Amino acid sequence: MELLVASATGVMTAVGIYLLLRARTFPVIFGLTFLSYAVNVFLFAMGRLTINQPPVVSAAATGYSDPLPQALVLTAIVISFGMTALIVVLALRGFLETGSDAVGLASSGDDDAPPPRAGGDKARLPS
Amino acid sequence: MNLLLIPLIPVLAAILPPLTIRSGRNVCAVVTGLATALALALVLSHAPAVYRGEIVQTRLDWVPQLGLTFSFFIDGLGLFFAAMILGIGLLVIVYARFYLSRNDPMGRFYAYLLLFQGAMVGVVLSDNILLLLVFWELTSLTSFLLIGYWRHLPEARQGARMALVVTGGGGLLLIAGMLMLGHIAGSYELSVILQRGDLIKASPLYLPMLLLVLGGAFTKSAQFPFHFWLPHAMAAPTPVSAYLHSATMVKAGVFLLARLWPVLAGTDAWFLIVAPVGLVTMLVAAWIAIFKDDLKGLLAFSTVSHLGLMTMLLGFGTPMAAVAAVFHILNHATFKAALFMGAGIVDHETGTRAIRRLGGLLTLMPITATLVLIASASMAGLPLLNGFLSKEMMLEQALGISYAGLPWLFPVMVGLATLFSVAYSARLAVGVFFGPQRHDYPAHPHDPPAGMWLPVAVLVVLVVAIGLLPALIAGPVVARTAMAVIGGPLPSYYLAIWHGVTPALLVSMGALAAGAAFFLAHGGIDRIRLGFPRPDAKRLFDRVISSLVACASWMTARSHTGSLQLYFAIILGTVLVLAATGFWSASHEPGTRDILPMSLPALVAWFALVAASLAAALRHHDRVVTLVLTSIVGLVVSLVFLQFSAPDLALTQISVDVVTTVLLLLALNLVPKTTPREGGPLLHWRDAGIAAFAGLGVAGLVYAVMTRGFETISSYHLEQSKPGGGGTNVVNVILVDFRGFDTFGELIVLGIAALAIYALLDHPFGRAAARRLAGIRFSEEARDAHPMMLVVATRALLPLALTVGVYIFLRGHNMPGGGFIAGLVVAMALIMQYMASGYVWANARARIDSQAMIGAGIVIAGLTGIGSFVFGRPFLTSSFGYFSLPLVGTFELATAMAFDLGVFLAVVGAVLLSLSQISRVQQRAERSPATDSPMDIALDADNTAAKEA
Repeated sequence: MELLVASATGVMTAVGIYLLLRARTFPVIFGLTFLSYAVNVFLFAMGRLTINQPPVVSAAATGYSDPLPQALVLTAIVISFGMTALIVVLALRGFLETGSDAVGLASSGDDDAPPPRAGGDKARLPS
Repeated sequence: MNLLLIPLIPVLAAILPPLTIRSGRNVCAVVTGLATALALALVLSHAPAVYRGEIVQTRLDWVPQLGLTFSFFIDGLGLFFAAMILGIGLLVIVYARFYLSRNDPMGRFYAYLLLFQGAMVGVVLSDNILLLLVFWELTSLTSFLLIGYWRHLPEARQGARMALVVTGGGGLLLIAGMLMLGHIAGSYELSVILQRGDLIKASPLYLPMLLLVLGGAFTKSAQFPFHFWLPHAMAAPTPVSAYLHSATMVKAGVFLLARLWPVLAGTDAWFLIVAPVGLVTMLVAAWIAIFKDDLKGLLAFSTVSHLGLMTMLLGFGTPMAAVAAVFHILNHATFKAALFMGAGIVDHETGTRAIRRLGGLLTLMPITATLVLIASASMAGLPLLNGFLSKEMMLEQALGISYAGLPWLFPVMVGLATLFSVAYSARLAVGVFFGPQRHDYPAHPHDPPAGMWLPVAVLVVLVVAIGLLPALIAGPVVARTAMAVIGGPLPSYYLAIWHGVTPALLVSMGALAAGAAFFLAHGGIDRIRLGFPRPDAKRLFDRVISSLVACASWMTARSHTGSLQLYFAIILGTVLVLAATGFWSASHEPGTRDILPMSLPALVAWFALVAASLAAALRHHDRVVTLVLTSIVGLVVSLVFLQFSAPDLALTQISVDVVTTVLLLLALNLVPKTTPREGGPLLHWRDAGIAAFAGLGVAGLVYAVMTRGFETISSYHLEQSKPGGGGTNVVNVILVDFRGFDTFGELIVLGIAALAIYALLDHPFGRAAARRLAGIRFSEEARDAHPMMLVVATRALLPLALTVGVYIFLRGHNMPGGGFIAGLVVAMALIMQYMASGYVWANARARIDSQAMIGAGIVIAGLTGIGSFVFGRPFLTSSFGYFSLPLVGTFELATAMAFDLGVFLAVVGAVLLSLSQISRVQQRAERSPATDSPMDIALDADNTAAKEA
């Protein structure tokens, strides 16, 4: 079972990193989602795997899984939602304003935006 | 306390000159002078105690954990240097008042000067070596400001920069050296370190530490091969040169050598490094000085030469040489400061500093001429002046030195250097004052106002007085100072003019004669010298600096391309290399923990996850398909949590996944649904390689951890959950109680993210954005914005979903559930209304503003935490009790519940705000007039009738 969880975490990490290295916003966002999954499972696995021992105190329980990583991962899941939402909206607004969803400055594919003004003011200064 | 004030007074007083300059230049100078005089008086008030043999100390903790304290001590050496710095400082302040012209901002000048003075006094009085380093760096910074005072001059700016680079770089070496010294000695207090000389010299770290400390001292004192910065620093106003580059800052390096003499000197390494560096500096600088045409340049190189002399003496490592070094420090400060000020007067009155354009000033400026001639005679080492005495002592020491088995090396070289110093002194004196009067001086030379020559006169009086009555005037000072340097009993010596006919006297006389002859022939020698190629230090320095800058620019241009892909690739590549290094250098034994057996459902789920992940990577160009595949992965992840005893996580994961999917779907409606194919196969394979490598590493790491046993700290939480937190669901109790503060912070983060989203989308769209929004065409399938089935289903589901939410919330403390999950469920139920019936319809019916909900949630959670203060408990201490009501039975009420309510409200508000904002943008894009009440029409008879009519 451990092998399955470990390899699945590895696959999710690899796919996350591959998508993170793409040049457009949405693949990068999906990459972040994959990485969040992987990191959350990773953190969770630090408490080791146990079956049928939820950390809910009861007289009948034979043992408990480690509750601390679970609490940490729970907040991590919610925070990663907040992060994803913010990035999605940034990407959305960025696309609407510039017409491009490229993540780098290198290739901004906008054709109907006004030409960049850099150097425009300088050119008028006497040299 | 008293000692602390000495460096503090000049630093604090530095604010006064810029303020008082409005009242005139005299007031400004007087205020500056008073501050210095006050500090000097404080220093001298300790003189009786120091001369009784006491050491005065002051101590104030700063960062005791680092061994950093505000501790000062004053002994013979500290007193000597502090008095010299402040005394000559006072003279320079008077001199500068008359030297600076009306156009020079005097307030700024005096402010810098006082700052420098405070830093310098701090260096010589610090007990803590870390504090000493702070002051050391401050002297570099303030001298940068002083050298670059005439900031309109390019030479001033370049000279200042060079000085800062060299002395600042040396300061870095010194920091490392001092840290090592403190580490070896086990204390950062000088007074302790000075007692542990044997321990330090025996340490294996002695040599590297010595080299680093010497690096700091040699750069500061302009020792070969770092001597080149000092002449370029002469672009400063002359008062600065007189102060920094003769009496004080450049002596800081010599001071450091003297201060650490008891713990560093006396070893072979010390002698073999320090003595020849001093000798070479002394010789080379004296040679260059002879041929300098610029008065200040000549003096600058002569200063370098004399600093070399002091360094060499300290390098000999014998007590007697240390006494000679101390005596020469005193003598050099007097005659060299006088000479610099004299050169400044000549420059000021004639308008030039070039020796070739001067001459014959003896009768035109008799007072200045007398003073400068006496001072330069002392520099040349003429009898009856103080320069003669310390030079005799130096020669006496050097004649007995045998270096590398060569008994003649030091005597010959030192004799040569003495000869050169006679020659350049003669050049200065004769070239400026003797010879025929000229008629082409740039100005009309005459003696300056008394304010300018009086400071020089004070110093020259000292030069003569010490020269005539050395034992009476300088004897006690030298003795007490040398005692502090040596850290033990003094050797027997006596300061006197006549020691009989000694070898030193013969060398001295021979050097005088030969030096005079050399001076007469220097014109011819210079022509020969110019025939040889000479290294230009400034050009070399500039080349080094510009190649460094070019290298940095190249690095920046290559790595800061603005491409996020490149940044990620660099960061990931670095992490991978580091991780791989760690992996290969570790042992690779398998774990010993028992492994859980594999099951068929688990295998199926694993297969689904891996297939969906790989498909997402391969088909990422189609964004909608990727979204679906991502959701599958999320679903399997929540199953993983469920399988391995984490029901809370499973619930949270699945509800967050639903919300995220809806969010991405909403956003995908407004952006392109496909990603263009970009980048060559090489790039894809590179990325795939990095990704595979990283995935392999993570998988191996997780597997390695999971197959090993561990100690958990959670047993405390499991035991205390019920008795301490009042709940049986330990995860929830951790969230709302044990680690409640974390959760509180997280709520705030979530709220801020939602508000940022609101701000991003509420801000009016620019023209281009509005046009783009208007240009979005929705597909045929999406034309029906509000399908009837969806509308009916969501409305029917709303009360049900809300009930489920309340249920999950209430049971959260004891069973899987809680504020987070309940908040997500309720937010989902509400978001469905927005999706099904449209933003306008849903928003019109929203009774509670979602921003208010976020705020209320955080306030409730915060108040719950503060509530525990009322009972005198720490923030967020929870309490609970059991109550019984008729009919309902016994139930539990806990303050953690109120906190969880805050969590709940904040989560609902944040999710609702984010998603409803996106749907609002979409509403604008749809352009079709929004129906007020989709699907309400049939229920509203009047409306139907109106439509039909």
